[in-house]
This record gives sequence, structure tokens and C-alpha cells, in this order.
Amino acid sequence: MSMTRSHRRKAAAPKELLAPVRRPSSRLARLAYYILMVASSLLMLYPIIWMVFSSFKPTDQVFSTAGQLIPRQWTLANYTNGMKGFSGVPFWRFLVNSLIISALATVGTVLSSAIVAYALSRLRFRGRKLLFVLVLGTMMLPAQVLLVPQYLWYERLGWTNSYLPLIVPYWFAIQGFFVYLFMSFMNDIPRSFDEAAKLDGCSYYGIFFRVILPLVKPAVVTATIFSFMWRWDDFLSALMYVSDTEWYPASLALKLFTDPGTTSDYGAMIAMCCVSLVPSILIFAVFQKQLVQGSTSSGIKG
Amino acid sequence: MERITTSAADGGDARTAGRLRAFLERESTAGVVCALPFIIGFTMFLLIPMVLSLYYSFTDYSIVSGPVWVGARNYVTLLTGDPLFWQSLGVTVMFALVSVPLRLAFALAVAMLLARPTPLTGFFRVAFYMPSILGGSVAVAVLWRRMFAQDGVINAVLGMFGIESHFSWLGSPATAIWTLIALSVWQFGSAMIVFLAAIKQIPGDLYEAASMDGAGAWRQFRTITLPLLTPTIFFNLVMQAISGFLAFTQCYIITQGKPLNSTLFTMVYMYDTAFTYYQAGYASAMAWVMLLVIGVMTGILFVTKRFWVYDPDR
Repeated sequence: MSMTRSHRRKAAAPKELLAPVRRPSSRLARLAYYILMVASSLLMLYPIIWMVFSSFKPTDQVFSTAGQLIPRQWTLANYTNGMKGFSGVPFWRFLVNSLIISALATVGTVLSSAIVAYALSRLRFRGRKLLFVLVLGTMMLPAQVLLVPQYLWYERLGWTNSYLPLIVPYWFAIQGFFVYLFMSFMNDIPRSFDEAAKLDGCSYYGIFFRVILPLVKPAVVTATIFSFMWRWDDFLSALMYVSDTEWYPASLALKLFTDPGTTSDYGAMIAMCCVSLVPSILIFAVFQKQLVQGSTSSGIKG
Repeated sequence: MERITTSAADGGDARTAGRLRAFLERESTAGVVCALPFIIGFTMFLLIPMVLSLYYSFTDYSIVSGPVWVGARNYVTLLTGDPLFWQSLGVTVMFALVSVPLRLAFALAVAMLLARPTPLTGFFRVAFYMPSILGGSVAVAVLWRRMFAQDGVINAVLGMFGIESHFSWLGSPATAIWTLIALSVWQFGSAMIVFLAAIKQIPGDLYEAASMDGAGAWRQFRTITLPLLTPTIFFNLVMQAISGFLAFTQCYIITQGKPLNSTLFTMVYMYDTAFTYYQAGYASAMAWVMLLVIGVMTGILFVTKRFWVYDPDR
């Protein structure tokens, strides 16, 4: 963007006028800028870097040598100990649980949000405006405040002690963020596409599946990664609805490490923290562009 | 006879099916059908719990036994006889009031520093953005708790700089809340990304004109960048203030409200009330007071909007 801006400026203004704009910053100022930025970048990343290096220290040295970043002796013992898990349940089981919950909830979120967004952005029907206001409302409504009545309601439905409260609601587009995200992509698709498909005999449902959905693939990717990361990190609903250790997701299992009396193996605790962050770090590494897009497309609107 | 009736019924079925099809394929029907997931979801998972909680808030409901109507007693107790609720509300307001503006200020400052591309900008962006991707996880909360422990990395690093410290950051009422604020401010990255995108949408000619009039960098920021960013700042302020009020996981894992309830967030207090002390009715009343507080806060922010947020239509 700023590249194009400077090009435009070059084209528009005669050279001598550029002088005050492109004041060359002094070498000293530039050096100061780099030092400041590199130092603060490292400070920002330090907790994560520290955690990764500490996970390879022998467990009794993690805190006695906390000020030292690089382990004096490297070991994988924390990982093998941590993977043993709790009360006979290996840690990989918690990771698989997290994966199942996050994947099922994410598929539901993406499908339901996309089709609701299609209705709100393309189709004319009674009550559309009201529904749109409600969708925006769910973005502002502090839904977590409802945790107590939600629990009692799910209990009445017989859903407690199961994954149902962690998965089923997400199949019903309850997160306005995702509906809004899809709508902003769909609003950019020309109406003529729908009309052409209509003339070819496509029903309104066909238009969604054959025309609109393929065209909003970028939104599908963005919604998938956001939903997956949020579900993966979800702690509160797991805390409320999952009670058997073997069905714990990883977020809840990590909490066990901090409970007094469960364990004092801090090395294993830190190693498992690292393991549980791997999906988010991978997503960040591969999909940084989509993450940025998702944050900005819903965050700029005033 | 029999054959005729069947075929007639078949014909009727086919006609009904055809009519049903035509009905389903009407635009007004398709719209409702496609919006159905949200209609059902909103009713089932938001509206019903909301109505239920309003009813429960007027009852004595100990989860084990059924709700018993007690009128406004929960609200009276909450507002007049529960200092812990007020304390938790104070802690929550303080947390949101300090961490949200700080977060946005950091986000804006760093976005300004990153707006002009350099060879290292990509790396800087990753470094500042990453914490907000990982920060909401339980893993980071667990890490944070250990970092600020007496033998944690914070004291160890202070020791390296010659400040011998065995201070218990989490054990002292004066500092414990600040470890939570620090964790929240640390995650300024996603707001920074939003600001960066907004900064790049500002037309370059504005800066050109300003610099021709002799405006320096600070002046350009004050008179062009900042005013044009106010809609973005406002939107993020509202959203983050709301989520600040709802903070739960970090407090629950890192401090559990300790020491002396100096970090007890209202959400955690509400959770404990319902699931540790089984007072679901009382907790529901708490939820409604919370909703009211959040609503009033959002309303106040919207009232101030016209004094400081740039509106291109005006």
C-alpha cells in the first residue's frame, strides 16, 4: 500500500516538492529505530522462547536456572513424562479430544455461518433486517454472562457431562463474528453471478452451493482457522461440561498440572504447554495472511 | 377401484410435492430456510437462557433443588449486603479501565512505527502479533503463573540485572492484578494489525498537502492519522471493553482471585457462586447486574462518540 502511495506521489508532484516529504532520516535515527524495535520484539517473544527452551531443561533446573535461557544439559524427559498424562490417561488422549471438539465445532460454525450470511446478504425475505440486527447483537452481547442459565438449560436437555454443549450450538451460527465475516466477502460478489445461475435453472440453494460458496473460499479458510483456534483454547465450557478425566480436552488437562497435589513436575508441565500450543503456532506460520485478513475485515468497521 | 385411488393419491402427492417444491424455491422461503440455523440457534442457545436467567434471578435456586420464587431479594442482597460483589466489580472495572486503553495505546504506537516498511518489518510484525494469537490459551496462563512466581523468570531476570528479588508478584494484593493486566496488554497485536490496515487506507495526498503546508511528523499524526483512525479506535474500544469485563480464564488459572480477593473478577465470583456454592438464582441476578453495567458502559462510550470520533457524514 505505501509502495503505491509513494509511486502515486512521484507521478503527481514535481521532484523539488518531494524534498520535505522524503526527508532522509539520519543514520543515527535509523539505528536507534532498529535497536528499539529488535529489543522490544525480543521482549515480546521472550516468554514463548523461554518456555520452549525451558521444556528441554531437566525438570529440577527449570526454576533454579530460570534466568538462563539455554539449557546446560538438553533432555527430552519432560516430553516423555508429560505425555504419560494423569491418572492413567495419556496426554495424547487430551490432544485427540481437543481435536475432535474443535474440528466438529468448526465445521458446524463455517457451514451454518456461511449459509446464514448468504440469506442475509443475497435473499429478500421478511424479517431480514431484524435478523441482521440480532446477528450484530450477538457480537456485542456478552454471552458468557449467560453461563449459569445456559448450564441449567443444557442440564434440562440432558446435555451435561457430554460434548454436546461444546459442539451443537456452533452448528447454529451463534457467533455473529463469522456471519459478519462471510457477509463482508459475499457483498463483494456481483449480483449478475446469481442472476446468471438463476437463468440457468439454479435454485436459490443451488446458487449458494455452486456459485457463492466456491467464491468465498478465502472466507472459509479465515473462518476455519479462527474458529479452530478459539475452540482449541476454549476452557470455560470444558470446565463446566466435561467431568471425566479421560474426556478432558488439552486446555482443561493443562489446568490439572497447576492444581496443588496433582504433580510438581514443572518440566513436564511446561513441555505439555509447548505441545498444546503447536496447532496455533502452525496455523500462525501457515495462515498469517488469513489471520490478518480476518482481524482487519471485522475490526476496521466503525 | 383400488388402483384408481392409489394413482389418484399418487397424483395428489405429486401435486403437493410440486407445490411444496415451488414454495421452497420462492426467494422469500429460501431466505428463511437459509437463515433457519441462526433463528433456531439464537432462540435455543441465547434467548431461552436469557429468559430463564431473568426468571431464576428472582428465585432461590440451589441447582440440586428447584427454583423458589423470592421476589427481588437476590437483587437487594447483591446491591446492599454483598461487599464481595462490589469488590469484584471494582476489580473488573479497574482491570478493563487500565488494560484496554493501554492495549490500544501500545497497538497504535507500534502500528505507527511499523507503517513505513523496512527490511525487518515482517519479522517485527510477527513478533508483536504472535502473543495475541497464543495469549488466550491455558498454556500461556499456566506459563504466566510460573513466570511471576517467587522463583519465576521475572525475579530471575531482575536478579541478572543486579536487583535481587524474591518478591511474590502473585502473593501481594498490590501487584497481583498487574500481572493480569500485563498479560492482557501483552496481547496488543491483533489491535495493532487492525490499526496498521486502517493507517494504510488513509489517502497519501492528505500527508502530501500537510507537509507542503509545513506540518511535521507529529503534527501530521495529530491532525490526519489520529482523527481518521478514531472510528477504528472506537470500535475496538467498545469490543475490548466488553471482553475485558468478561475476563475469566486468566484470572481463574493464574490467581483464582487471590490474594485477599484483590484479583477476583466478577465472572469468577459468579462462577463460584453458581458452581461452588450452588446459588444459581443469586448468580443469575449477578449476571443481570453485569449485563446492566456493561450496557451502561457501552452506552456511555456511544454518548462520548460524537465528541471525539470522526464521522465522514457530518
